[in-house]
Amino acid sequence: MIACCIALFALLPLATLLWLSATPNAELWSHLLDRIFWVYLNNTLILCIGVALLTTLIGTSTAWLVTRFNFPLKRFLEWGLLLPLAVPSYILAFVITDQLEYAGFVQRSLRAIFGWQSARDYWFPEIRSMEGAIIVLSLVLYPYVYLLARAAFVEQAARLFEMSRCLGKTQTQSFFKVVLPMARPAIVVGLTLAMMETINEYGTVAFFSVPTLTAGIFDVWLNMSSLSGAAQLAMLLVVVAIVLLSLERYSRSAGKYYKLSGQSPRMLAEKLPLGRGLICTFYCLLPITLGFLLPVGVLGNYSLRSLDSDLTVYFQNAWNSLSLSAMAAFFTMLMGVGLAYGVRLSKSPWMRWSAELATVGYAIPGAVLAVGILYPMGLLDNFLDGLSRRWFDYPLGLLITGSGAALVIAYSLRFIALSFRTLDASLTKITPQMDDASRSLGSNSGKTLWRIHLPLMRPSLLTAMLLVFVDTMKELPITLVLRPFNFNTLATQVWDRASLEQLEHSALAAITILLTGIIPVIFMSRNISRQQYAGA
Amino acid sequence: MLNAIRNLAVFVTALATAVPAFAAGEVNLYSYRQESLLKPLTDAFTAETGIKVNVVHAEKGLTEKIIAAGDNNPADLVLTVDVGRLEEVRAAGLFEPVESEVISQVVPAHLRHPENLWFALTTRARVIYAHQDVAEDALTSIRDLADPKWKGRICTRSGKHVYNIGLIASIIAEDGEEAAEQWLRGLKANLARKPQGNDRAQAKAIFEGQCDLAIANRYYMGKMHYNTKSPEQQQWAEQIRVVYLDQEIGGRGQHINISGAGLLNTAKNRDNAIKLLEFLLGETAQGLYASANFEEPVREGIATDSYIESLGSFKADRINLQEVAEHRAAAARLVDRVGFDL
Repeated sequence: MIACCIALFALLPLATLLWLSATPNAELWSHLLDRIFWVYLNNTLILCIGVALLTTLIGTSTAWLVTRFNFPLKRFLEWGLLLPLAVPSYILAFVITDQLEYAGFVQRSLRAIFGWQSARDYWFPEIRSMEGAIIVLSLVLYPYVYLLARAAFVEQAARLFEMSRCLGKTQTQSFFKVVLPMARPAIVVGLTLAMMETINEYGTVAFFSVPTLTAGIFDVWLNMSSLSGAAQLAMLLVVVAIVLLSLERYSRSAGKYYKLSGQSPRMLAEKLPLGRGLICTFYCLLPITLGFLLPVGVLGNYSLRSLDSDLTVYFQNAWNSLSLSAMAAFFTMLMGVGLAYGVRLSKSPWMRWSAELATVGYAIPGAVLAVGILYPMGLLDNFLDGLSRRWFDYPLGLLITGSGAALVIAYSLRFIALSFRTLDASLTKITPQMDDASRSLGSNSGKTLWRIHLPLMRPSLLTAMLLVFVDTMKELPITLVLRPFNFNTLATQVWDRASLEQLEHSALAAITILLTGIIPVIFMSRNISRQQYAGA
Repeated sequence: MLNAIRNLAVFVTALATAVPAFAAGEVNLYSYRQESLLKPLTDAFTAETGIKVNVVHAEKGLTEKIIAAGDNNPADLVLTVDVGRLEEVRAAGLFEPVESEVISQVVPAHLRHPENLWFALTTRARVIYAHQDVAEDALTSIRDLADPKWKGRICTRSGKHVYNIGLIASIIAEDGEEAAEQWLRGLKANLARKPQGNDRAQAKAIFEGQCDLAIANRYYMGKMHYNTKSPEQQQWAEQIRVVYLDQEIGGRGQHINISGAGLLNTAKNRDNAIKLLEFLLGETAQGLYASANFEEPVREGIATDSYIESLGSFKADRINLQEVAEHRAAAARLVDRVGFDL
């Protein structure tokens, strides 16, 4: 019941967009299909495939290395590998381009060393390209795969891995034949989240001049003045997202993945000889360096140069960011629990599907989702205002869309995918025998949730909240449209300056977003590590 | 847990009460112009009149926000940095005519909507940045950009950016769609690289020798010339000569876009809003626009910055900008057809 309400609520923006798209646009579509639509679609697909391959490669390989082996800096790398999660992709895009383009540090040095005079004297890969976009997005999105893969390795791999080794398989065989298939559902969950973010991405692809479907949506909406056409393109993204989710379902339904009974033993990490150990250290440091240390270094340098900026504004914005993120994290977690538990209780495939559908809003660009939220919330606001005027003779005004409430609601609807996926994955690992036992001992479903499931899910609850927290800190397009008057967050402060090409003026705000991300990252990782090192 | 909920509730209420009331002494703006650029102007207005200015700044979606709010829409004015956004709000039927002596005196007819539904506050010339070594008379008309002699020598940002959409729309308005398509294909063939970056990045590309000509807004010259935080930009500006196009007698004149404003028909603070508009067209504010952001004031007789003055003066295109804005969708389709950005 509750789960149904949450699902319906989460489907509101989608329904609004569907309603907006119910206008025929024959002329527009004949123009789009003539050529440009296929360019958009092609670019979106290449981007997705590229990011999928690269995030899986980086995320899974680093997760296995830090779980299986001991090598220098391993304790740092365990959580350090999550750090790029805190970096907004638009900031990373800016910083990497800044360093790698013609006037950037790298090419300047090359020219100085080899004595080249101009761009015509040598070849250097074009940064503002599809490859550049794939690399930047993968660097900020691989932590999703890493996080979930590592949790799976830590929770489940040890016993299976040992058995496989005992049965005479080599290290590599055991990994590919036993551990990887076992961890596949978790990896696929991480990958699905990364894919949804790739599909809705606009800032980075625009920066790299790669016209994807999101670029098409904004072009049709703003330049061709067709909101309905834009909504139709957005619906297409929803279809892509549904296909992705079905693939994920399919991949997970191939077998049941309950934890072996009892507490798993810890994975015995094997100490590597120094040489190979250092290679591992270097390999794991690479994505952290490019995805986190580089932007922090560049922004840190900028902020030292501009410490004279107005600090009261900064603190006000920091407070706004932190409190909004905390609220969004909490509400999204609640909604996620309601939804995931509802799906578990109700055996009906309808419930499962409406819950899945409720999460595809994650694949829609933020500004479009914001419009999908504005219309129904505006209706509700005006309805409440009408009631209040009639009954109490008091003009209520815009209760939701005129205040921060709209922001919290919008974040929750956007990020419900993060919390639902995480919690759903965690719930499926709890064997239904637990539910049966509790129910047969006389507890109702609410009590079972409170006494049995929630305690078992605690690490996942925290993970869900922290993912939403970090993502809300970075969130920009929804905040811009839905915020009340005179209201700024760190992200909007960064954007205000960055869009004037003066990122250095708001480097302090930008670096705060990055560094705030460290706190949840450490939390999350300690939780997983505790499981690993606590042992049986 | 309960405590946390209570704290959250308190915060939400605080946010809700932070929403400005419709009391006297306020005016509410939806702005496409960056808050940090707007602030000196609104601060000066508040200092002079005591009227508080509240701002939401966004890049898109403000029209939808006004529509969704219906009669309860809290905003009074929309400020934009391009005529296209103004036309978008006007086409949605959200503006109302402003009757103001000041506006009709200060703003020339071609820079406002025929029914005074919106009007310009400043103009922004979209000029050619040429490398100092390019001969002075090598380029005189916008049409010359399609001349094959420039093959591989021109840089520009995305054809889909509002500034370029405005430029292409003006050519459609003048020469028709077919001629505009031929011109755009010619320009595309002359590009030194795939359209990318912003206007300033094109100046940088000239400095680095990647191209000889770039299409860019003139005010960036001022922003680069006075940039003390990134002094390398001063060098970029020094390499560049600004070329104004179509200046010959009887020629169409240099293409301009505008930053402008319109009054919403659901405005609650109408009088204050008109006061602010008149203030923005007054000598103080127009001087600020010219000295701080290097745009061209619409009011005559405003002293501009000395460096900008050294870049020379020009004759502007006098076509009514509404006519240009009507061709925006066609311009966007043209960019697709030509594959300009690909």
